[in-house]
Order: sequence, then C-alpha cells, then structure tokens
Amino acid sequence: MIHVRNATKSYDGDLVVDDVTLSLKRSGVTSIIGPNGAGKSTLLSMIARLINMDGGEITIDGLNIATTDGLELAKRLAVLRQDNHITARLTVRDLVAFGRYPHSKGRPNENDLEHVNRALAYLGLTDLSGRFLDQLSGGQRQRAFVAMTLCQDTDYMMFDEPLNNLDIHHAVSMMKLFRQAARDFGKTVVVVIHDINFASCYSDHIIAMKDGKVAEQGSPDQIIDASILSDIYNTPFQVQNINGQMIATYYGA
Amino acid sequence: MILLCLALLSAIGFMTIGARGNWGFILEFRGTKLLALLLVAYAVSVSTVLFQTVTNNRILTPSIMGIDALYVLLQTVLIFAFGAQAISALDPQIKFLIEAGCLTVFALILYRFLFFGVFRDVHLLLLSGLFFGLLFRSVSGLLQRIIDPNDFVILQDSLFASFNSVDKSLLGVSVAVIVLVSVIGVKIFSRFDVMLLGRDSAISLGVNHTRNAVFILALASVLVAVSTALVGPVTFFGLLVANLAYIVLPGAKHKHVLPAAILIAFICLSSGQLVLERLFDFNTALAILIEFAGGLFFIGLILRRGVR
Repeated sequence: MIHVRNATKSYDGDLVVDDVTLSLKRSGVTSIIGPNGAGKSTLLSMIARLINMDGGEITIDGLNIATTDGLELAKRLAVLRQDNHITARLTVRDLVAFGRYPHSKGRPNENDLEHVNRALAYLGLTDLSGRFLDQLSGGQRQRAFVAMTLCQDTDYMMFDEPLNNLDIHHAVSMMKLFRQAARDFGKTVVVVIHDINFASCYSDHIIAMKDGKVAEQGSPDQIIDASILSDIYNTPFQVQNINGQMIATYYGA
Repeated sequence: MILLCLALLSAIGFMTIGARGNWGFILEFRGTKLLALLLVAYAVSVSTVLFQTVTNNRILTPSIMGIDALYVLLQTVLIFAFGAQAISALDPQIKFLIEAGCLTVFALILYRFLFFGVFRDVHLLLLSGLFFGLLFRSVSGLLQRIIDPNDFVILQDSLFASFNSVDKSLLGVSVAVIVLVSVIGVKIFSRFDVMLLGRDSAISLGVNHTRNAVFILALASVLVAVSTALVGPVTFFGLLVANLAYIVLPGAKHKHVLPAAILIAFICLSSGQLVLERLFDFNTALAILIEFAGGLFFIGLILRRGVR
C-alpha cells in the first residue's frame, strides 16, 4: 500500500499539489488523469521521492520515503519520468542492466542477466540490444527506458506518460504489458496518462486531478462519465459504451 | 591494451631518446619528470571525467567551476601580500598543502551551499561557478596591475603551466593524495556509472544523487588542486583526454573509461614533452601545445554537436 497524507508542494507561491491524501492499493493499474498543470506529474514525482514535499507524509508498505534508505526503496519502487536524456553513449542492454543496480550493486550475476534478457524480450528489444541509444527512434528509446524500469523488478512501478513517442501498436502493447504485470505478478503500476481512453480500457483504478487536488477517484466505470470528465477538463464530453469499453469523445459538435 | 603499450612506449622513449652521459643522473632526472607527468595525467583526466559524469555534460571541465581561476588568485594574493621574496622562502610543501586545501575547501563550500540550499540545480551551480571564475580572474587582474613589476614577472612565471619546473618535494605529497583519492574512488565505481543516467534515474535506482554528486565533485576538486599546484592550470587538457577516451571506448563503464583517459593523458603528455625537448629544443611550453590541440578539439566538438 502507498499512503499519501496531506502532501503539499508549491512553486514560487503557486500551490501545485494542494493537501492531497490518498491510498493506492497493492496490485493493479492506476491511471492519473487531469488537465495540464493539475499536479499529476508532481504528485507522482513526490511519491517516487524525486521531488521533496513542502508538507505531508508518504509511506510505501509502511516505510516513510523521507527516512528510508534509498537502496531499500529502490527494491520496492521504480520510477520513469519523461525526457530521459543521457549524454553517455550506452547500448540498450547496458541501459536495461542498470535496472538491476539496486540488487546487484554493479556486479550482475546470472539471475540479473536473466532479468535483463526477459525485460528486453518483453519490450521487443532483443534484436536492438546491441544498439546505442542515440541510434534508436524516440519510441524505441522510450521502450528501452521502460525495460530498465521493469528490470528493476519492484512491486511498485510508476511511469510519467509512458506512451509518449509510441505508435498505436506499441502504446497498446505497453498498456497490455502493464496490465499483465499487474494481473500475473501482482505488481502495482501507476501511470500518468493523457489519453483518457487508454486509461479507461486498461486501468483498474483512475485518479482524476484538477488544480492540485484529487477531484474524483474510482473504477473506470465511475470516472469515465460525461459529467465528471466535462467538469474536470472544462470541455463537453460524450461517453459511449462500445463493446463493453467506455470510450470518451470530446471533439465538440 | 593498445593504449597501455603506447603509454609504455612513450615512457621509454621519453626516458631514453637523446640521452647522453651519466645514466644514473639521467634516469633520476627524467624519472622525476615522468612521475610528475603521470601524476598530472592522472589528476587531470580523472577529475574531468568525474566532473562530466556529475554534470552530465561533455563540454564542461572543472575550470568552469572557477577552480583554476582561484589558484591564480591565490598565487596573486600571496605574492601581493607578502612579496615574491617571502613566498620563495616559504617551504614549497607547506605552500602546496595550503593551496590544495584552499581549492578544495572553496569547491566544497560552493557545492554544499548550492546543493543543500534552496536550489538543487546543476545549471545554477555551473552558472555560479562561471560567475566565481570571472570574479577571481577580475580580482587577480586588478591585483596584477597594481603589483610591483618585479613581483609580477615572478608571478607570471609561476602561472604558466610548466613541466620543466616541477618541484620534486611536492611529488611525495601528490602521490599520497592521489592514492588516497583512488582508494576511495575505486569502491564506488558502479555508483559513478549510475550517476551517468541523470538525477531521476539515479534516485529511482536507489543512489542518493545529491550526496554522491557532492562527494564526486569533492574528489574531482582535490585532484584539480593537485594538478594545478604541481604544474599550473592545464584544465583544457582534461577536455581533450576525456573526450578521446569516450571516443576510443564508446559506451564503456567508468572502470574502463577512467584508466583509458589516464593512459591517453599520459601518452599525450610524455610524447608531447619528448617532442618539445628534442624537436623544439625547449623553445616553447607544453601548455601552449596542449592548449592549441585542446582548443581545436573543443571547436570540433561544438561543431559536431551543432550538426546533430
């Protein structure tokens, strides 16, 4: 369980995350949606201890993230943000192998190599594993970073807009991968996502944020609702049930 | 491996070519110089590579943090305050320790202040480094203008990097410092690699980025202090060897890149000094050759980046 209590963050006096309290259950895919500037990424980054809170407390399986040893947390929670820029020339395999660092401390054993190979295969990168990152397309690079995060093999995985740069085929397979990881291995995946229909079709739980607060949360059936979404995005929404999937359209008439 | 052979070859060349007379004297005389070259090669290359790892930028060198500018200021202030004669009379070992200490303390204050203060931004750190560098240079410039002309000549002499005038008495201290730094550094090689991924990924992988950044920058500034105090500012050289090492070993980890950079630095220095002594008859300073090559390389790097 991840518990967030009264988390607050402001930049230059602007409250970005305003006294947020929420709990994330073990296992399942949770999507965080909301308009630009709603505080989604900031909240995610605070939970993943990339940004310090101005106030509040966050615990992961009862461990306070502010006081727990970094390596210990790294075995429980992995995070991937957007815009990962690396100046060093690394091969895909080297990058993915870094995911094992919390376990191997830089001395990978057989077991670690197996994890690396599995993560490469999961994301269809086996053939590209010898390539340097700067020889890849944006989508391939994005998958390489996701593979590194998977390779860390943590109970909690957080992704900030993981579908960026991905074409439809790879976006769908990545969301399926997250769902599979959650169902088969009991992982907890938290994604910040802009495409509402991806959130609708692949999550178990949706958190909708607006103005630094959690506006609504619940199952996709509850959140993907014309009036709730219209409220959150200040845009008229229509929601259709297509073959059991709740699909939102917002291309105003 | 090839680098190691080349390094040995250039070392032997440096020791033997053009040698006439008493071998005992030659070996001792040139051996001292060779040791100094090795120390400087080590200090410059390691400090630059580490610095670039932390800042995630391959065009920056510790000189941008104003460390060598501080060295110049330190020399100027010493001579300005006490006069050239008093400084010459000072025990060089004590002077060296004071200088190295000052540089390190300054660097640490700068880093600590910035990292544990309100700002945690590498760019801000670099900007303030740039600012301090400019400040130090301006103050030294001012002092040099109002200094006694005789003192100024002596000062200028000590500011140009020279591998001919290495002080023997400093070598022992430098070796000790470098060995100490290396013993600490080797233990956390793999952490250096993780730092390469940038702050977010490093934290996600459980490496305390801030603490390690400060620690690595501290190691780097100790090394800069060593090399600067030994032969003066040659920080451009670091850029050259660090980038050559990245080119020779693309995608390599620190445990390979660091030795490669050291060997390349050593090859450059020893063969450069050899050429200088035998070909140019000591008519020019090695620093000038290095700055020339380094400058060209720097322009090349920037141009290549622009194309991408």
